[in-house]
Amino acid sequence: MRKNLNVIAAYSIMMVLILLVGIFQSWNIALSIFNLCLISAVMTMGANIQWGYAGLINFGIMGYTALGGLAAVLISVDPVQEAWRAGGFDILMALWLIVVMVLVIRFILKRFEKSKIRTYSIAAIIISGILLIRFSAEPGIEAIEAVDPAKTGFLGGFGLPIVFSWIVGALFAGGLAFIVGKVALGLRADYLAIATLLISEIVIAIIKHEDWLTRGVKNVIGLKRPAPYEVDLQTTDWFIKLVEKFNSGKLSVIENLADRQAALNQLVIEGSSVFVKLCYSGLFLVVVIILLILTQKALYSPWGRMMRAIRDNEEAANAMGKNVVKQHLLIFILGSAIVGIAGAMLVTQDGLFTPGSYRPMRYTFLIWVMVIVGGSGNNFGAILGGFVVWFLWIEAAPISLFLINFFTAGIPETNALKAHLIESVPYFRFLLMGLGLLFIMRYRPKGILPEKIEIK
Amino acid sequence: MDFVNAIILLLNYIFIPALTYGSQLALGAIFVTLIYGILRFANFATGDMMSFGTMATILFTWYFQSLGVSLGVLPTALLAIPFGIIFMILYMLLIDKFVFKYYRHQKSPPVQFAMVSIGVMFVTQAVVRIIIGPADRRFFDGEKFIIKAREFKEMTGLNEGLALKSTQVITIFVTIVLVSLLFWFLNRTKTGKSMKAYSDNEDLALLSGIDPKKIVLVTWVIAGILATIGGALYGLDKSFKPFTYFNNMLPIFAAAIVGGIGNPFGAFLGGYVIAFSEILLTYAYKKFFIYVLPESMEPEGLVQLLSTDYKFAVSFSILVIVLLYRPSGIFKGKVL
Repeated sequence: MRKNLNVIAAYSIMMVLILLVGIFQSWNIALSIFNLCLISAVMTMGANIQWGYAGLINFGIMGYTALGGLAAVLISVDPVQEAWRAGGFDILMALWLIVVMVLVIRFILKRFEKSKIRTYSIAAIIISGILLIRFSAEPGIEAIEAVDPAKTGFLGGFGLPIVFSWIVGALFAGGLAFIVGKVALGLRADYLAIATLLISEIVIAIIKHEDWLTRGVKNVIGLKRPAPYEVDLQTTDWFIKLVEKFNSGKLSVIENLADRQAALNQLVIEGSSVFVKLCYSGLFLVVVIILLILTQKALYSPWGRMMRAIRDNEEAANAMGKNVVKQHLLIFILGSAIVGIAGAMLVTQDGLFTPGSYRPMRYTFLIWVMVIVGGSGNNFGAILGGFVVWFLWIEAAPISLFLINFFTAGIPETNALKAHLIESVPYFRFLLMGLGLLFIMRYRPKGILPEKIEIK
Repeated sequence: MDFVNAIILLLNYIFIPALTYGSQLALGAIFVTLIYGILRFANFATGDMMSFGTMATILFTWYFQSLGVSLGVLPTALLAIPFGIIFMILYMLLIDKFVFKYYRHQKSPPVQFAMVSIGVMFVTQAVVRIIIGPADRRFFDGEKFIIKAREFKEMTGLNEGLALKSTQVITIFVTIVLVSLLFWFLNRTKTGKSMKAYSDNEDLALLSGIDPKKIVLVTWVIAGILATIGGALYGLDKSFKPFTYFNNMLPIFAAAIVGGIGNPFGAFLGGYVIAFSEILLTYAYKKFFIYVLPESMEPEGLVQLLSTDYKFAVSFSILVIVLLYRPSGIFKGKVL
């Protein structure tokens, strides 16, 4: 208990901060911050597995998040029958061609010795294959995108409950990580960072522009929910009774019956959205706790010790007979898969998939700030980082507005500089993040909750 | 005649735009590669530093315009660039003093430097957005075209017009002058040579009496010049928007690595490699084939290898291929 005091203290402060938001701003805002904190925490756990356990730098978090989101769309949306009839065959043919291409390349790689001719012939197969697929799939894609473009214009998904997509998102992200890892993991640290960053941009480009699969920048809206809808709740008897019970003190003060009914209606509307957010919080909390238990177990297992050995001294670990390349690939896949879960959770919560919103600032660099600030190598630290940084990211604007008003209290409202500063309040969050990262890196390089390894 | 038309078409839509874009990338790539070679880290704040320099240039341009100073047919920004450079260098030296210097003395690993540069990226982005805002800004004035497409058609009697924007000529001209000066400096002067020596082997360079403080200072000065001019030229040619500049960091990185990181000449050529492959692969060749081929063989589709949406993806794929098969870059930079 005693040695974990700083962990408990840090988390209590965080919870108090969120409660304060609930009391002073609104419970709706507090809960939406809390939910996104939980999602961020899942992402930071993924990044922390890669960076904190194994020292692998992955700047492609955005790509895996987007793939998780894509999984949510492909699982939950109902299939568009008409689009399947129009171009499904062409798409399946193209997929089949890709499989054939991969098999042929594998066959060549296995059968022939490494030589210039082999390299060139593989390149030729890839280029001609891409051209062939492009031209053979073209009519199908056009036909699919022509099917009611204002509403669908894509193949749709499988029409399953969206919660399944959390697993499928992990599979998608893990699959991509397998390919990326095979390609890029041999690179030195900073090149790996650049390569993964660029690959994630390629993934986003594909998701944005392959309209037949993802609807691209037209976005997919109105995804199914694992939680009840507000509108349904507002007409459900037990829910209205619940709200009445909770607020009986407040309601009994009002004498007039009509006024009381109006007040109750207002409370029910507010309560319904809080209730829905609470449902999400519960679901997300379950995921976070399961992942936390698993990652903690892994950290203290022989496997975790091996990963730390590899991180701290690759050559020595290699000399001890550990397969560094294989373990790096494994941990790269595991970490990315966790990020994929977070991506699917994010889309589940929002109920919409907007490929245009995936930007490296928000989905890669911010997550890294979370990991570094929270404490890499320590799962509790990483989760705390997710909470602290997300909280500041959202609350930076109100805080800086308050500070600007405080320091310029003597200056009249019409002052140009003051007006300009107040106008640019949203950008102070970047300043806060940057300064926070720089100060932490300088004065507490191991983060708020540093890595603490104890052999049990 | 058709053949000449086809050539003009390619010149107008591929060659000149690619040369301009390539020049802009090349300046950024030399900036990245110098920082990497001498200060030894991948600077993730590249794009935002360029946008800072451009912002300073724009502010001075507005100031000169309000004073009524102009260069006639040339954009006023050319007059403002030197002042922008001074501001950029001051900002970089400030950052170096308060941020990077500490880690240099600690001999931190490159990864830590990269993380710190992300902090700098956030701060710079905030500073730029707070000062000038996130909006799209054009600050070009003066004569827009040297040759207009219509005039060219009337002059030569061809079907295809060749439009030459003055920003394109300025970009290419300034790049050639700047890069030649830079290579002269690096290869012929004593300071330049000591920079190279420092980049090749730090310990040996220190033993032979090279002052590391001076090297670092000169590097940031050159970096400031490159960043401001590269950014300002891009802004003149297209427009200035902080977010675009942040995104431009990616093809710039690609150019620096494709050229062989740590090798300024490689970075220079890398910029053009990236620019030409982006434009060549995403251009629709239909019109070109209509001119060149006999009528019976005219293509039906657009004859476009990749849709223009994948412009960035092209440069990144090139980078991935280069990293896989020739990790030291096309022109032999440092071995990764």
